[in-house]
Amino acid sequence: MHELSIAMSIVDIATKEAEKAGTDVVLEVDLDIGTMAGIEFESLEFALSVATQGTLLEKTAFNINRIQAKAKCLDCNREFDIRDILSGCPGCDSPNIFLTSGKELRISSLLIE
Amino acid sequence: MCDTCGCNENGKDIVILKPGEEHDAEGHSHTHDDHSHHHHDHPHEHTHDHVHDHTETEGRGTGRLVKVEQDILGSNNLLAERNRGYFEARNITSVNLMSSPGSGKTTLLEKTIRLLNKDKSVYVIEGDQQTLNDAYRIESAGAPVVQVNTGNGCHLDAEMINRAVKKLDIVTGSVLFIENVGNLVCPSLFDLGESKRVVIISVTEGEDKPAKYPTIFENASLCIINKTDLLPYVDFNVEKTKEYALRINHELEFIELSARTEEGLEKWLEWLRNLQK
Repeated sequence: MHELSIAMSIVDIATKEAEKAGTDVVLEVDLDIGTMAGIEFESLEFALSVATQGTLLEKTAFNINRIQAKAKCLDCNREFDIRDILSGCPGCDSPNIFLTSGKELRISSLLIE
Repeated sequence: MCDTCGCNENGKDIVILKPGEEHDAEGHSHTHDDHSHHHHDHPHEHTHDHVHDHTETEGRGTGRLVKVEQDILGSNNLLAERNRGYFEARNITSVNLMSSPGSGKTTLLEKTIRLLNKDKSVYVIEGDQQTLNDAYRIESAGAPVVQVNTGNGCHLDAEMINRAVKKLDIVTGSVLFIENVGNLVCPSLFDLGESKRVVIISVTEGEDKPAKYPTIFENASLCIINKTDLLPYVDFNVEKTKEYALRINHELEFIELSARTEEGLEKWLEWLRNLQK
């Protein structure tokens, strides 16, 4: 359940940013999470509900922007959406692919009052 | 960061001990009396009203948008780089060993310490949720060791390593093994500042482990396939495992060995020696 660590980092960062902006009201937090970042989205949502308790983010809405993982084939240069890292290139079936996105773990913005 | 709960100060639940120490010399004692929110009396499936897929500009009229653009693991990664800088400056080779429970990490370490100790100083940071058992095994094998008990935490992080290293007082030019908590999922996300990551799987596990738990193989440099002495008795196709793992990480190296019989161990020692050249 490493999602709890992730949730706690989110709370830390958002709290510090809110303090910097001189507010203790955070309406929303926008997160960019890649579909291959190693995060179980439901676990993260649950972890956020736990980690925010007793903090100024208790009532904050967390908007999770899922970033679809994309890969590129080293052999035919095709770029494609990828769900399973073991699947090869859908064009030429080559296993020589690399991820170009999908590893994001980022707080993009806060909506504060 | 406290890994057990979302409620208390940095790392207070993490206990870092040397063999023979009764309690953490850093003086953390921790009760959970005031942490009732750990005990979720609601089922996990409940819906989270405040977490939702966002649709454009909803509720955005009233507030002020502040750009943050920060890596969520940023503070761990920064601390990991500090650890890495310390290791580099002291010419310490640090190896993060990751595997499922029961793959033979500790047995491999015991053998490695006995053989490597002849020409290298070896140090160990042991990660487990509970007990000093592994620390005692490592100490008997002849290496200074610090045990990190993560409580309910499922992985080591850079801060735990930073604290543990301060207790170890490692000699320049040594090898430091970090035995992560037995878990093939969570440790993969947390950079500790190690020089290399090594994944260990054993032939008593499924040959499709890399397919099931790909993330841990992504950033590893080496995959050790342990317990090869049991190959005649199990259905484990070594080549199939390698094929899966290479699909995930095209540059992964492999060493097949049996920590018990020591067959193949010399290749592992050679790999370690090459790291220090």
